[in-house]
Amino acid sequence: MTDKDMLFDYLLRLGDNSLILGQRLAEWCGHAPMLEEDLALTNIGLDLLGQARMFLSYAGEVEGKGRDEDRLAYFRDTKDWRNLLLLEQPNGDFAKTMARQFFFDSFQYLQFEALSNSSDDRLAGIAAKSCKEITYHRRHSSDWMIRLGDGTDESNERMQRAIDELWGYLPEMFEMDAVDDAMVADGIGADVAGLRTKWDAYVNGVLAEATLTRPEDSWSVRGSREGKHSEHLGYILAEMQFLPRAYPDAKW
Amino acid sequence: MVALAANDDIESILALVKDPEISVLSIADLGIIRRIEEGEDGRVVVVITPTYSGCPATEVIEADIADMLKLHGITDFEIRSEISPAWTTDWITSEGRRKLEEYGIAPPAGKGKAALLGHEEVACPQCKSANTEQVSEFGSTACKAQYRCLDCLEPFDYFKCV
Repeated sequence: MTDKDMLFDYLLRLGDNSLILGQRLAEWCGHAPMLEEDLALTNIGLDLLGQARMFLSYAGEVEGKGRDEDRLAYFRDTKDWRNLLLLEQPNGDFAKTMARQFFFDSFQYLQFEALSNSSDDRLAGIAAKSCKEITYHRRHSSDWMIRLGDGTDESNERMQRAIDELWGYLPEMFEMDAVDDAMVADGIGADVAGLRTKWDAYVNGVLAEATLTRPEDSWSVRGSREGKHSEHLGYILAEMQFLPRAYPDAKW
Repeated sequence: MVALAANDDIESILALVKDPEISVLSIADLGIIRRIEEGEDGRVVVVITPTYSGCPATEVIEADIADMLKLHGITDFEIRSEISPAWTTDWITSEGRRKLEEYGIAPPAGKGKAALLGHEEVACPQCKSANTEQVSEFGSTACKAQYRCLDCLEPFDYFKCV
């Protein structure tokens, strides 16, 4: 891979994370347990979509093959997507959606805080801007972890089940491969492996306050960086990409 | 060739562009206009900033700026969006804050990181009581939270700090 290829891949990872999670949150529109949450989940989804647009536009320019944000969002197949496996997991119940959000918000906050010091000015600008929004996302999902964990017997049980089911998807967030190493060496990327201690401290604090039990590290899955995804991604893309693929020249 | 309008004129033209979602505010009140430049070829360059990453109003605002400039006979211009340094509610002018409150939206209460961390006291835009509570940190648009006043009992929007 050339430096350019690596930066392209790196930007796809960031943009795809935001886009796929944003798409998942949009599925809650009209279905959330209360109106305020319907608004909150779609607002957060919209912030993520905004991030994705900035990253994918930039990725397209770096690649230099004339692909814009829409081309990258609508005309790539599963093997070309670079989002974390965690983010494509189905919404499940509200507890599972919130647990997934909490784990990712806590990670993304630290990742973007680091990226806001990137030697790549454009990447630093996107990260600094997004970090303010993620502050709100993380507070929202942390509050729900505590509210449901330290709530009724049923809400506690469902939240505990949610975190148990998602736990093995989390190590992938902190994985570093050749692209990450090269980006860190160039001062462009974030050393995500190095963020683990801070993430643990924050997450452990919230789990304790929520009277939830941190699961054992007994299993984990990985592969998104090589385009190896769960079957769920295909269904997301089918829904998200249908219109522009059926009517490639449509404008709306 | 049409003589270029002075920057002051452009500024007063841009002050006529309203925020599409909060129509009492101009884009100048919101602090969306970073600067006005003269391009190398002599054209007018308007540099703006998006507010929230995913705010759908951003594209409408660009289109509205273009329409307003054309309406005033300025046809040779470029609108450029820059995200850095990131827009902050601290850039809303005091005039903008006054208009927001009159309109029934509580203006951002704090400044800087403390406000972003949620340490803020929000006064009711109707009765001015500080005895209010947050209903949700997310509201009808990306920039607003939902509050209620515990004295006059009115629900209201709060323009949250970023």
